[in-house]
Amino acid sequence: MKSTTIAAISTAQGEGGIGVIRISGEEAIVIADRVFKALSGKKLCELGGYRAAFGHIYKNNEMLDECVATVFRNPKSYTGEDVVELSCHGGMFITREALRAVLDAGASPAQAGEFTKRAFLNGKLDLTEAEAVIDIIKAKSKNAARAALYAKEGALWKKITDIKSTLVNTAAHLSAWADYPEEDIAEVTEDSLKEVFNNALTQLNRLLDTYDKGQIVKEGIDTVIAGKPNTGKSTLMNLLAGRNRSIVTDIPGTTRDIIEETVLVGDVILRLSDTAGIRETGDTVEKIGVDLAKNRLSNCGLVLAVFDGAKPLDENDIELINSLSDAEVIAIINKSDLKSELDEKYIKSKISRVVKISAKNGDGFDELEKMISQLAGTDSFNPGEGILANERQREAVLNAKTALENALNAVNFGMTLDAVEVDLENAIESILELTGERVSDVVVDNVFHNFCVGK
Amino acid sequence: MNYSAGKYDIAVIGAGHAGIEAALAAARLGCKTVVFTINMDAVGNCPCNPSIGGTAKGHLVREIDALGGEMGKTADECFLQSRMLNRGKGPAVHSLRAQIDRRKYSDVMKHKLELQKNLELHQAEITDIKKSEYGYILITRMLAEYEVKAVIIATGTYLGGRIFIGEVSYESGPDGIFPATFLGQSLKDLGLPLRRFKTGTPARVLRSSIDFSELEEQLGDEPPIPFSYDTDELGENKVKCHISWTNENTKKIILDNIHRSPLYGGKIEGVGPRYCPSLEDKIVRFAEKKRHQLFIEPCGLDTEEMYLQGMSSSLPEEVQVKFYHTIKGLENCVIMRPAYAIEYDCVDPTEMNATLEFKRLEGLYGAGQFNGSSGYEEAAAQGLIAGINAALKIKGKEPLVLDRSTSYIGTLIDDLVTKGANEPYRMMTSRSEYRLVLRQDNADVRLTPIGRQIGLISDERWERFNKKQQLKAEELKRISKIVIPPSETINNILVSRETSPLSTGAKLIDLLRRPQISYDDLSPIDITRPKLDSNIFEQVEIEVKYAGYIEKQLRQVEQMRKLEKKTLPKDFDYREIKGLRLEAQEKLNKIKPLNIGQASRISGVSPADISVLLIWLGQ
Repeated sequence: MKSTTIAAISTAQGEGGIGVIRISGEEAIVIADRVFKALSGKKLCELGGYRAAFGHIYKNNEMLDECVATVFRNPKSYTGEDVVELSCHGGMFITREALRAVLDAGASPAQAGEFTKRAFLNGKLDLTEAEAVIDIIKAKSKNAARAALYAKEGALWKKITDIKSTLVNTAAHLSAWADYPEEDIAEVTEDSLKEVFNNALTQLNRLLDTYDKGQIVKEGIDTVIAGKPNTGKSTLMNLLAGRNRSIVTDIPGTTRDIIEETVLVGDVILRLSDTAGIRETGDTVEKIGVDLAKNRLSNCGLVLAVFDGAKPLDENDIELINSLSDAEVIAIINKSDLKSELDEKYIKSKISRVVKISAKNGDGFDELEKMISQLAGTDSFNPGEGILANERQREAVLNAKTALENALNAVNFGMTLDAVEVDLENAIESILELTGERVSDVVVDNVFHNFCVGK
Repeated sequence: MNYSAGKYDIAVIGAGHAGIEAALAAARLGCKTVVFTINMDAVGNCPCNPSIGGTAKGHLVREIDALGGEMGKTADECFLQSRMLNRGKGPAVHSLRAQIDRRKYSDVMKHKLELQKNLELHQAEITDIKKSEYGYILITRMLAEYEVKAVIIATGTYLGGRIFIGEVSYESGPDGIFPATFLGQSLKDLGLPLRRFKTGTPARVLRSSIDFSELEEQLGDEPPIPFSYDTDELGENKVKCHISWTNENTKKIILDNIHRSPLYGGKIEGVGPRYCPSLEDKIVRFAEKKRHQLFIEPCGLDTEEMYLQGMSSSLPEEVQVKFYHTIKGLENCVIMRPAYAIEYDCVDPTEMNATLEFKRLEGLYGAGQFNGSSGYEEAAAQGLIAGINAALKIKGKEPLVLDRSTSYIGTLIDDLVTKGANEPYRMMTSRSEYRLVLRQDNADVRLTPIGRQIGLISDERWERFNKKQQLKAEELKRISKIVIPPSETINNILVSRETSPLSTGAKLIDLLRRPQISYDDLSPIDITRPKLDSNIFEQVEIEVKYAGYIEKQLRQVEQMRKLEKKTLPKDFDYREIKGLRLEAQEKLNKIKPLNIGQASRISGVSPADISVLLIWLGQ
């Protein structure tokens, strides 16, 4: 079967200094030769694998950019096919133009996950590895990257096999008991079944709990920085983000939109929103910002409530404290570098986690980091334990759980054991799906849907 | 000098349980059929045990009957005692098992073959099968040449048969009948890969030498239930069986002499089944078990031979006498025939399509033990399918392939041709993923329409079948309508069955849904109940009680069918898909599965390989 040659930008768009275009397929090198001219005058097809050439990339005979072309020869490449990677100097526009040139030269645009799909089809990756790759790509922090690797090495698999083997043993016992009525095989008692099912359910539930923790590790916590204007929210955000993102001025009300930023605090990913300061305002534009901020407060996972330590509490502070409801809250008393005027006792009576910092010079930041880690549960989170890494795995565990609950109900209801065994086998099947021992159409589709174009 | 013995449509080699069904089906479908038996007195022989049915095997017999096969009817005609096994364990695993009169069974079957139109029964050993323009030429030991369009090989344990009793071994078929010694080479020349399997049987002992006084009796069900949907009733059970146990002395004698067993002495190369192991196997493999159960079963009404189920052995006769004598009740037993092991040639079933035709030899079919299965019922099931398919092919019709969700027969054949057999294959309920749908009570619903379509179900039977379905539907309707008001009678019944009493009226069908309540329990309050065949009540009750499960399994069947619809190319070299593991490439090239569903069941093809195939198919 002859497959098409595909190309895509394989670096994250808008980030990094270099933009890489990957071309993969039988005609990858021929196509690359149509758009790339090496300074040496050598054609790429004259190069062996793992060879690179410096030159320029052209579109319609017009020079676009300087470029390094790297040639990978089948099967020694990511996809197992001939691959050329064109590294341009970046800039989203130039990289896109270069891709367009490659497509004009005969390549087809790669579908989502197609490089990895080809790698998988050519035996470069197995399914579990492929899934782990998705997680590595998506993992934004150390912990998450570690958890993904552990999944690949089988921490989750081991935990699951433990559950699986008890269930399989029980199913086998039930089968033997039914198939050999004349052999003296010990009767399967309802009590022993209930015990096995309950134990397995406990373990499955524990596993499901890890999913939420795992999600925190991987996706980060939706976090809102709230506080009345000019308490230093933007400065705090900049400190957390490590560079100037929000406009910081001394004029109250300069932050009018919700600005989002993903930052790493210790081992925890926070998806931060810096909100407009909450205060009664006549300014319409600012009012929209304030409403947005209030709405955000009730829908996030963590609120960093910022107070100005150099001023006494006012009605805006009180209103903020009162509007904090479900979300976890850390009260941050900023401006510890200035003289304290704030009634800390009152805040401590309302909010259990309080930390004093100076967003300006970074004092107290370590303590804040520790507090966030504790709150997210990641300081006690051991990625080596085996966690459920993605929706597919979670769904398989949920299905197994439902099937086992059915089995338990059937026993309690007084159904005959042949029916109970059907539920039990359904549970086992779900678990097998989790370890990749049985794969249905849908699963594979899901896996590849989750790949981003770059890899 | 060779002489021409004429032309036939179909030849069946062997008249055991597989050969009989194959020959009858072929002849009944209008093909001129000849069936060969090495010994005219060995037609339908039951050399292994004097019973038909058992767990999952009982399902097979019912299915054979529902399709229009003969085994169930003959078993009913020859029944001695009948029991429904697993009664307390649920309808999926209910299985019928009957003790039969072994001689009578053989006689009745032989007579049926003799009376069948289009069918000739010959005593002859086939020594050679050659391809010809017509199809195949079969040559007998007496040098008769038969020209046929299709051949069904059903050689059982005769092909290259060798009996082992301790240090003694000799070429033989079962029960001392001579074996087929030449055919094996001919099949190898045709390119069929043969291998050795092993099975065995216990001793037969003289009834009057057994002391039954202290043995537990095992009685049949009253009334006994027949296998065949054509049999109205069986009458009374005619015999009793008895139960005894081995003990530490038995174990000691066997272990002291284990080196004299040909299996442990290394003389038998054949692979034996894990399912009905010899006593020495059980004792060696389950060393911690102190005792093993045995059943003493009569072989017939006009014989004093008694069969010792569970006591199969290949130890020397002298050792057999000693260890049988350690068993309670058998202290003075007289052995009439010693136990023996038998080794024989069989084929790798993955060489066949699900039609049981060889992939590389058109018109050549295999059935029964020759295909690597074990058991009369498994053999008969394959014989029926092979016979039907050979006949359909000759008639130019579409072949019959039963998928796994239709039947145990379909499951059996799919397992054989997809997974192969590394040991004699025995049917078990746990082999079916659709157990609550494939019950022994509804084999007719599942298969009789198919049997009718093929042409094996008579008008009379078809009418009866339809009438039964109609009555069943009416009964279901009736119980969905009738409301039972709370009363002392019904509440007493409910409470006595440990289920909650009624405070308001409840539909009959909802009462029947309760696992604790049976049709019989409700008869005092169900005054409008019509008089119906007990099988109708049985089916209605099961379908009501297990409705949720049945629905769930039917959904799984749908999913499976989806995968079965993703067809794979017939002539494709799987080595071209590099993402497949080497083992998977080889297995897929060997089996050439018809679809993804079948591919997923091949051992050695992992789910990851299936994903590769799915993605490859999707490109």
